[in-house]
Amino acid sequence: MLLVDNELCIGCGLCEDNCAFGAIEVVDGIAVVGDACTLCGSCVDVCEVEALTIEGGPKGPQADFAEWSGVWVYSEFRNGMLAPVSLELLGAGRKLADARNVPLGAVLIGAGTGDSAEKLIAHGADRVFRADHQELASFGDESYGAILSGLIRQHKPEIILAGATAIGRSFIPAVANELGAGLTADCTRLDIREDDGALLQTRPAFGGNIMATIVCPNSRPQMATVRPKVMKELDFDGGRTGEIIEIQPEPDQLASRVRILETVVSENENVNIQESDILVSGGRGLDDEKGFELIRRLADCLGGSVAATRAAVDAGWIGYPHQVGQTGKTVAPKLYVACGISGAIQHVAGMQSTETIVAINRDKDAPIFNVADFGLVGDLFEVVPKLIDQIEKRRKQ
Amino acid sequence: MDYFLTEEQEMIVDIARQITDERIIPQRAELDEKDEFPRDILADMAQADLFGVPLPEEYGGFGGGCLDIVLALEQLGRGCIGVGTAFAASALGIYPIMISGSSEMKEKYLPSVAVGEKYAAFGLTEANAGSDASGIQTTAVLDGDEWVLNGTKQWITNGGEAEIYTVIAITDRSKGARGASMFVVETGDEGFSCGPKEKKMGIRASSTTELIMKDCRIPQDRLIGRKGTGFITVMKTLDSSRPGIAALGLGLAQACLDEAVTYAKQREQFGKPIMAFQAVQHMLADMAIELEAARALVYGAARHIDAHPKDMSKVSSMCKVFATDMAMKVSTNAVQVMGGYGYMREYPVEKMMRDAKILQIYEGTNQIQRNVVGQELNKEYTRA
Amino acid sequence: MKILVCIKQVPDAKDVRLDPETNTLAREGVQSIMNPYDQHALEEAVRVKESLGGEVTALSMGPPQAEDVLRQAISCGADHGVLVSDRSFAGADTWATSYTLAKTVEKLGGFDLIFCGKQAIDGDTAQVGPGLAMRLGVPFVTCVQKVREVNPTTLTGERMMDDGYDVFGVDYPVLLTVVKDVNQPRVPSLKGKMKSKKATITTLTADDIGADAACIGLPGSPTQVVDVFPPPARGNREVLSGTVDEQIEQLVEKLAPYLE
Repeated sequence: MLLVDNELCIGCGLCEDNCAFGAIEVVDGIAVVGDACTLCGSCVDVCEVEALTIEGGPKGPQADFAEWSGVWVYSEFRNGMLAPVSLELLGAGRKLADARNVPLGAVLIGAGTGDSAEKLIAHGADRVFRADHQELASFGDESYGAILSGLIRQHKPEIILAGATAIGRSFIPAVANELGAGLTADCTRLDIREDDGALLQTRPAFGGNIMATIVCPNSRPQMATVRPKVMKELDFDGGRTGEIIEIQPEPDQLASRVRILETVVSENENVNIQESDILVSGGRGLDDEKGFELIRRLADCLGGSVAATRAAVDAGWIGYPHQVGQTGKTVAPKLYVACGISGAIQHVAGMQSTETIVAINRDKDAPIFNVADFGLVGDLFEVVPKLIDQIEKRRKQ
Repeated sequence: MDYFLTEEQEMIVDIARQITDERIIPQRAELDEKDEFPRDILADMAQADLFGVPLPEEYGGFGGGCLDIVLALEQLGRGCIGVGTAFAASALGIYPIMISGSSEMKEKYLPSVAVGEKYAAFGLTEANAGSDASGIQTTAVLDGDEWVLNGTKQWITNGGEAEIYTVIAITDRSKGARGASMFVVETGDEGFSCGPKEKKMGIRASSTTELIMKDCRIPQDRLIGRKGTGFITVMKTLDSSRPGIAALGLGLAQACLDEAVTYAKQREQFGKPIMAFQAVQHMLADMAIELEAARALVYGAARHIDAHPKDMSKVSSMCKVFATDMAMKVSTNAVQVMGGYGYMREYPVEKMMRDAKILQIYEGTNQIQRNVVGQELNKEYTRA
Repeated sequence: MKILVCIKQVPDAKDVRLDPETNTLAREGVQSIMNPYDQHALEEAVRVKESLGGEVTALSMGPPQAEDVLRQAISCGADHGVLVSDRSFAGADTWATSYTLAKTVEKLGGFDLIFCGKQAIDGDTAQVGPGLAMRLGVPFVTCVQKVREVNPTTLTGERMMDDGYDVFGVDYPVLLTVVKDVNQPRVPSLKGKMKSKKATITTLTADDIGADAACIGLPGSPTQVVDVFPPPARGNREVLSGTVDEQIEQLVEKLAPYLE
């Protein structure tokens, strides 16, 4: 609880100005703490007369941290494939493990995993814990959770990373609760704090309007989920060696009270443009519906979806679900590539919260260039195919 | 401005506002484009108990007064007066039964309208009888224990969508003003049908059709009130409903003002937002002033009607004229402030301007309303 | 059926901005709302009640003013509102929140079905639902996009996955977290609003639920926020120069973060 010493408080209002949550207010010359207080401590730091204290601070060390060592990555495997984020996490995990001077482990759970374990080693893992069992063919929160938490209890890794995917965001919180571990969701950045080796986890909050850095000072393991496409995977190195440890799940670890009756893989066309991180959008400059084939190719190349302006939708080149703007959908992807779009305000209204906007237009005075982070003046029918080539070339390198 | 609404009135506003923001506004352009009747939205309004607002509590309604229904319609009007008209027309259609019907008749029709299970419609206008109701040609003749109706009603809101129609017909032409009576006609009655949907300039979400009665036979007890009271019932019905039309105008104008100010703040010309130009500011200021004046009059009239239900003609007409003329002007000016963008369908003010026109025409043209006010003045000053 | 729906009162995220100068939340005009995902959870709970009978209890943990979202829940069809509120809960992370809610559920006597929103829009963590289920020892399914069938003993539905969806079946008790596709929440009714004004909201404190002081609030939270800062500012608007090929080369360089 945040306590105010009324004798010391001079009502200067510094604490009020510094509270990010609007939880402290100076009333009649004395600071008064409201219910919105999260005990973040920023007011304690700024108070020049030391009138503020936080009582009952964080709980003391729960266990000897020295017992906990190593960095682990949960390597998601579904429908016969490793999720790309698994390899990205190995890239991030490798850096953390090297900074801590500890081995990097990977946990692989599924059925028919083939050479996935070897692939994980080639991408940076020192050890792979492999639970390959027919009963694990479809993802189950209880079975996957029981196996992972069993392994964590046994081997005590200090850090566990998982993809912030549908699967990772589902069973990892339950595992963290069971272990009493701190868990930070959707991290976009991970570092090791120099003074004590703790994991610094940075994540967006309030829909990306705020960034927060989080630590788990007094408990282990430290768990984090990481958004796909944020970390970089290491290059495949077939010469790397590592250890594969086979895990035989106990029968009770395979039990699941939730029955999976069917798994349905959707077609890409149904993608909701509001859910896509990358959108390639076409406007009147495409000339006709064939222009959208080009847009689609670029979208596939970037792993994104296709969007459009009202002009393109009205012309019948593409369906209404793809429309962005005043009368279409509002989107906030990470990357928005506007091709042949002039940038009328009613279109911009639907996409201005994008992280990075790229504009390709032959008219150098088109208003789209005023909102674009990167503008490329040129004929899109020349630019887009070349761009696709360059991206593919870069990927192969 | 604070109009000191009661807690219940605030609730009505909240619910109607939520329906408007979440259901009507996202769909209005499509409903307009496709001439589509808003069945789903009306079902949401029914779920939220809005249909019950003007109906008596003993028949499953809320027993709300004129101000309650005005507040609900103002919010709906902010979204789309086509949807608002479909909703209001059901109340209009049931008013004759509420005003003059027997308790058996109320028991039969009011509960299903109060919960929005059935819609009602009001049939007055004919090809040769609009402002001048004495030109009505539809007739009703008693044949045994059945009334036989013949004639065609024109431009009937909710035609084809409603199940309960209250229509006026001549029962004895020799009795002049006392020669007309009102009846309930139901979907499925022998000899009754609705014409095709009319194509309109605005309020295209609402349905407008002819009502065709060809030897339409209905039971004797479908007569509303006593024989010969049709005109009185019609006048009372319109007196009750007109403030609702005024309220649609308030909502529409509010939406126009919101759009125009938002646009003026972001649109830049000559290096600054057009809001910074006094010419634009003054237009917006006039819109806001006239809107607030109209709102004060409409709310005041509604409160007067709730307190003095027998003295409503003049105030009802006054508020209808003032608020709907204001809505036409404000919507025209909203388009003007927004220039070319305002004229395009991409922005909603184009539709609002088209929609606004009907407010000056239906439920008694604004010219007829001025007649009513003038006649009332004549009476008042004669008495004095 | 005894149905519980967990509801959080959150600041409307679209209004929240960090002042880059002072690093404080620009909080003027920020409204408190019912977490949007929770509205869908509530709607699903009310629909189950309407088809199978039973009662819906809405539960929220938060400051006294969170009572507002419980009244809102009642206006949309919930039967009871329970607020668990105590100054000692301040600073709770998802772990301590799951603990607190679990203790409250035990105090209330358990439920057949518990609905939560997928996540809250202020934190976006999606951790409290699974955490609560784990502590209660009930199975859970996250990101439910459709409830196909409910009957008095089992429920079948669809769980959204990254590449499509899984169809699942489960017996009660169970906890489900829902995504927005699951339904369209209803607008409160006038009768519901009137009922909600008069309703009594049960308020429970840390002592009432028998919470261990070491497991709640900041002391009970394994994670702690050490820094809050605004996201990196938008890059400079830049029109690339040179020949088309040179521009493409520069662009691919700039897009590198998105190409991995």
